[in-house]
Amino acid sequence: MKRLPFSGWHLVLAPLALLFALPLVWLLVSSVMSNAEINRFPPALWPQGIKLDGYRYVLGNALFPRWFLNSFIVSAVAVTANLVLGTLGGYAFARIRFAGSKIVLGLMLATMVIPFQLTMIPTFLVMKQLGLIDTLGALIVPSLVTPLSVFLFRQFFVSLPRELEEAAWIDGCGRLRILVSIVLPLARPALSTVAVLTFLATWNDLTWPLIAINSDSTYTLQLGLTTFQGQHHTQWSAVMAGNVITVLPVLLGFLLAQKAFIRSLASTGLKG
Amino acid sequence: MASVVGTFTVDPRSRAAKRRARGEGATGWAFVSPSVVIILGLSVVPVLWSLLLSFQVNDLVSPSEWVGLANYKALVKDPAFGSAVSHTLIYTALYVPLSVVAGLGIAIALDRKIALIGLYRTLVFVPFVVSAAAQGVLFSFVLDPEFGVANSLLHKLGLPAQGFFSDPGQALYLLVAISLWSGTGFCVIVYLAGLQGVSSDLVEAARIDGAGRWGVLRHVTLPALAPVTIFLLLFQTINALQVFDLVFVTTKGGPLGSTTVIVYFIWEKAFKTFTAGYSAAAAYTLAVALLVVGAALQIYRRRVAAR
Repeated sequence: MKRLPFSGWHLVLAPLALLFALPLVWLLVSSVMSNAEINRFPPALWPQGIKLDGYRYVLGNALFPRWFLNSFIVSAVAVTANLVLGTLGGYAFARIRFAGSKIVLGLMLATMVIPFQLTMIPTFLVMKQLGLIDTLGALIVPSLVTPLSVFLFRQFFVSLPRELEEAAWIDGCGRLRILVSIVLPLARPALSTVAVLTFLATWNDLTWPLIAINSDSTYTLQLGLTTFQGQHHTQWSAVMAGNVITVLPVLLGFLLAQKAFIRSLASTGLKG
Repeated sequence: MASVVGTFTVDPRSRAAKRRARGEGATGWAFVSPSVVIILGLSVVPVLWSLLLSFQVNDLVSPSEWVGLANYKALVKDPAFGSAVSHTLIYTALYVPLSVVAGLGIAIALDRKIALIGLYRTLVFVPFVVSAAAQGVLFSFVLDPEFGVANSLLHKLGLPAQGFFSDPGQALYLLVAISLWSGTGFCVIVYLAGLQGVSSDLVEAARIDGAGRWGVLRHVTLPALAPVTIFLLLFQTINALQVFDLVFVTTKGGPLGSTTVIVYFIWEKAFKTFTAGYSAAAAYTLAVALLVVGAALQIYRRRVAAR
């Protein structure tokens, strides 16, 4: 890499970046402290050595592994379903002419402005009718597909040149074949955007699990962590270990696919 | 149409393809119907149902009773709702301008090619992907009056210990600060993306005309970023008016109700005291407020775009 000259901006940017990073550094540090170090006054600012008691407690005695699995199932199903249903819907709205498509698309986009708290009580009652309350199904069904996913795919497919599909169409390929074998291989940016946004939304959600789930074995990580903190507020190292476990998948995903994350989130801003 | 001549040169297979394209209604509907059923079913139906609920007394279990506008009338008189509204407005009035202005400033600072710039950007942005629940749990610990590192640092500096979340005078402002820590990064990346679109020719021209750093910022960069700024104001306002998760995890609306925001009020009325009709009336009031804010900013955005 080419060496760049030192800039005075480092004096501003380095402390600023540190300010944003510090709480997360402290999260990691306190998760490997012993309770003795945390519970003395004033509490230690740096651990003597790495103690994994918190992690041992959280992974051994508590329901954290179960909550992790629940969160993983909900997020994985939601991401897969948004990719499948979103590409189908987005492709049809972009390419297929059918009666009512404009009205239905407009109506779906209009639902994006509905705030969640307006729909949460009836959604709860609907899920109750379906017998899904207190099951992962109650978390999965409302997140199977969002209007944003359909819209992002539609915008992407509209931007692709039609010529790519025409040859296959003339050769008699069906729409599904065209979508899967010609369009989808080109759609990686859109697929990663929808996957990132869906994963963030479902993994990080607290409000809806709080309403829809009662039994602790069905909790998601966010709900489990919140409850765990309420019950173990003197065992901070265990709480912080649980917190690290809750945050880690998102942080790792972000660090590994940073470009996709940033492009996805910036695109919601610039096109919105 | 001219196609009478054209048909001679067209491959007969393509004519069949065109005919096929006309009869695609069934395929189109088959592709969109799962999304349409889920999205409309879980939005249009609940929106209308909520409206009905807001005119009823309902405890989510027994049959409901029609009460007309009684819920709305009670809401106007309810001091708890009034203070929820004012807490939400204080939170929004602080969080939105601070996050947008800080986002712009940091984006401009980060918009340069120097060593480590990628790392700086990552660190500024990373809190944004941390869930509100995780933020809340982390800061409950940092700000714990007895075991927290914040009071420990104050002690080292010889300053008096603070109550933080147990102090009604501080809790709401701490929530703003935590939200700024996690939410500013979003404004930064949106502004950074927007800054790529600011024409460097214009900046150059302004420089040649003798504009200093501030002149370029005021007369070139800021006007070019106006659509981004309006989007961020809208996005951040809508999010701020709906703040809930962080409040639930850290203060549960306390101490002494000092952090009860509107959505917390709505949640409490629906799922804690089981007065769902009353809760729906509060939700509708908030939704109408959001719609007004959204529409006003959209109109303003159109006007800016038309200029």
